[in-house]
Amino acid sequence: MTKNLTHLQRLEAEAIHIFREVAATFSNPVMLYSIGKDSSVMLHLAMKAFYPAKPPFPFLHVDSTFKFREMITFRDSEAERLGFDLLVHSNQEGIEQGISPFVHGSNTHTHIMKTVALRQALDKYGFDAAFGGARRDEEKSRAKERIFSFRNAQHSWDPKNQRPEMWKIYNTRVAKGESIRVFPISNWTELDVWQYIMLEDIPIVPLYFAAERPVVERDGMLIMRDDERMKLLPGEVLQDRMVRFRTLGCYPLTGAVESDAATLPEIVSEMLVARTSERQGRMIDKDEAGSMEKKKREGYF
Amino acid sequence: MSKLAQVEVTHAASAAEEISAYMSEQEKKSLLRFLTCGSVDDGKSTLIGRLLYDTKLIFEDQLAALTNDSRKHGTNGEDIDLALLVDGLEAEREQGITIDVAYRFFSTPKRKFIVADTPGHEQYTRNMATGASTADLAIVLVDARQGILRQTRRHSYIASLLGIRNIVLAVNKIDLVDYSQDVFDRIVADYQAFASNLGFNTMQAIPLSARFGDNVIGPSANLAWYKGPALLQHLENVPLDSADSARPLRFPVQFVNRPNLDFRGFAGTIASGTIAPGDEVVVAKSGKSSRVKRIVTWDGDLEVAHEGQAVTIVLEDEIEVSRGNMLVAPEARPEVADQFAAHLVWFAEHALIPGRSYILRTETDQVTATVTDLKYRVDINSFAEVAAKSLDLNEVGVCNISTQEPIAFDPYKSNRSTGSFILIDRLTNATVGAGMIDFALRRASNVHWQALDVDKASRAAQKDQKPAVLWFTGLSGSGKSTVANLVEKRLSSIGKHTYILDGDNVRHGLNRDLGFTEEDRVENIRRVGEVAKLMVDAGLIVLVSFISPFITERRMVRELLGDGEFLEVFVDTPFEECARRDPKGLYAKALRGDIKNFTGVDSPYEPPENPELHLKTVGRTAEELASEVERLLVEHGVIFNYDQSSWSI
Repeated sequence: MTKNLTHLQRLEAEAIHIFREVAATFSNPVMLYSIGKDSSVMLHLAMKAFYPAKPPFPFLHVDSTFKFREMITFRDSEAERLGFDLLVHSNQEGIEQGISPFVHGSNTHTHIMKTVALRQALDKYGFDAAFGGARRDEEKSRAKERIFSFRNAQHSWDPKNQRPEMWKIYNTRVAKGESIRVFPISNWTELDVWQYIMLEDIPIVPLYFAAERPVVERDGMLIMRDDERMKLLPGEVLQDRMVRFRTLGCYPLTGAVESDAATLPEIVSEMLVARTSERQGRMIDKDEAGSMEKKKREGYF
Repeated sequence: MSKLAQVEVTHAASAAEEISAYMSEQEKKSLLRFLTCGSVDDGKSTLIGRLLYDTKLIFEDQLAALTNDSRKHGTNGEDIDLALLVDGLEAEREQGITIDVAYRFFSTPKRKFIVADTPGHEQYTRNMATGASTADLAIVLVDARQGILRQTRRHSYIASLLGIRNIVLAVNKIDLVDYSQDVFDRIVADYQAFASNLGFNTMQAIPLSARFGDNVIGPSANLAWYKGPALLQHLENVPLDSADSARPLRFPVQFVNRPNLDFRGFAGTIASGTIAPGDEVVVAKSGKSSRVKRIVTWDGDLEVAHEGQAVTIVLEDEIEVSRGNMLVAPEARPEVADQFAAHLVWFAEHALIPGRSYILRTETDQVTATVTDLKYRVDINSFAEVAAKSLDLNEVGVCNISTQEPIAFDPYKSNRSTGSFILIDRLTNATVGAGMIDFALRRASNVHWQALDVDKASRAAQKDQKPAVLWFTGLSGSGKSTVANLVEKRLSSIGKHTYILDGDNVRHGLNRDLGFTEEDRVENIRRVGEVAKLMVDAGLIVLVSFISPFITERRMVRELLGDGEFLEVFVDTPFEECARRDPKGLYAKALRGDIKNFTGVDSPYEPPENPELHLKTVGRTAEELASEVERLLVEHGVIFNYDQSSWSI
């Protein structure tokens, strides 16, 4: 317990420690860069951890081909600004089969274009550690996960048999083919993330700020029509509404919230009175009970 | 600017001000990390669910999911089951138990909290220890109807062992004993009777009902006789240890940052003390000293850095420092030793065996280590010291540990960061134990090696050979001794100096006190390994013929010896063939059950993964096999200057 450090400074120091631990003990780490606000925070922390050097690992974006266009623009400008090594991987077989959330549903799309694509990329490059921006406050099964989370050679998680994680001593040992997923911001809450973004002036995708956007009401969610692949169903009307996103993923699967919060302080103040959790905007979590745990066991992040 | 626009600007500005005021308030809050522990069904998860629910931290969608889940898995009939908020794994919800630790976050106007909800089942003790290792306070729950149970004692002991100094004894389900003060008083007295020796600084007992919320976030009319604080008030007000800036500097080096030839910085997190440019620091393991030139961070160089900060230190001088070493205060240095005493909690199904080699990991260092002496096991019920030969799953013991290289450390009670370690299994990479160092053993510094004038090289040169160990491993009756004997005869005939260590013969003398349990087999191999090492030092070619069933022990011997001195020969004869040959009639007895722990029958044999020589014996003569061993010796330069013609005996 340190009287001199604030809550956020402590969280920051913990995350930097974890980044360095991975760089020091793994031979081929990678950071999963999903372009969202948590990834922005992770990127910022990685830059801090290795300063004055650059992060000694590449940043991998698994592109499902259904990301918001603004995300891709932002990704490329960040890679340019900070000069990190960006790898982009998409599941080519999935593209050839024309996998789409509109045709095949959220489950199939997520499995093929995200989970399988991620496994392909990890196998292709032989990464032995992969950073992710997951937080324990996001979801029940995440709350159970270690900071250094072991994956067998099939990339699957065995939640009933996790390695004990004592103090700040992390067991980073893996056999060939096995890997570890590392979550440096495990102990951050959504509020911590926003406060940190504000305090450190970290760039984020503009979709997080409220603006007039073309949305359709579908399955109880407000879906933004980001390109013409989204066809309107009978009875659906495209309308411009003042919305923003609390979380970013594939645009057909990510619900917007109605909001006027166009600045960071407004977002934080909106958060403070929020009555729903951020993952509510994610379709994949709702398909079935325990759905996140199931996906994680299959290798999803 | 229009009037409307002006109003909007003012509005935005005040929102920003409000938020920045709010944030600076947040910044001032202290953080308390605590865990809930105790026996199964004492209501740990329900209590955390209640805290989150009553402090309004459950979102609407989570509540909807909870209502749904409660109907499916709930144990409270029509009511919502708050435990389902924290039991996040499917297996947990199905079985209604907690398997692994869950971390939850909440805050009140006074403090921020990180809660670790830990499992009550004895088999998941390691997950409870995981939660406890980073906590400042433990809430020990007791079911008012059950009183103090075995797990109450175990968890209190482990919490104490891991350095937790603040305890809340939560006597839960008080509603089920009619809010009885007598029951409460009796349980508190029982608890104090055994916990008074556990070194807790604060111990607050609170009667409560997690299910109905009595005494959780506020006082309860049902418990008017209780005058103390409700749980949440206590958690908000319990004093925390603040960083003691008087503690000496400990800076474990995580890695060396060298982006270019002009910059060499040591990255790490300050484990204790403070550091500033100009300070003299000492490298713990070498004793070399230098001064701090800069403290580098992305946000600019620092004037001073404190405990808990992750920074990069640049020194004035180019001195050798690498990961695993520490920069420390010159006037108060840590211990640097290769032998120490420690408390150990065992996490693995496979027992801890003294003599077996493990990987020991501290925050940044990693070495090979063995438990040289298990002094005693701690009985969880009586806290008595019990003699033990091994530690089983979830047991706690006190032992001496010997490491291959010295490590830098402090006693755990003076520094949790630099006094802790974990043990890792070398084959599976599983974390098998956690240790807290008590003190360094001085023996290491007092028993110096006797430097001798005639050394291994001169003794070997005299014999015109390179000393080595030929290690024959395989099942009983596989032909190890037959082949070893033949090889020795041939070596002797060409003037080489040899010795055979045979399993059976050694057990008649040196190892007559050992049986055939796993512990004894490990010790058997350790002794033979040490003897073989002395013989190699004497310049001999040593032929060891031992079943030696475990990979770990064979690897331990390999590491005892120098590079290229250990040649593993796997004498590979199938079990059926060995049992058919049965030269000593042992298989017949073992299969009848007359001999216990017989390798291949009721004790495992782990074949070598990469032996120097793999001898498949079926269909081949002993002479052919011996010739293969000789070729191995030539390839490894063990024998040379020989006359080719003398080979075909």
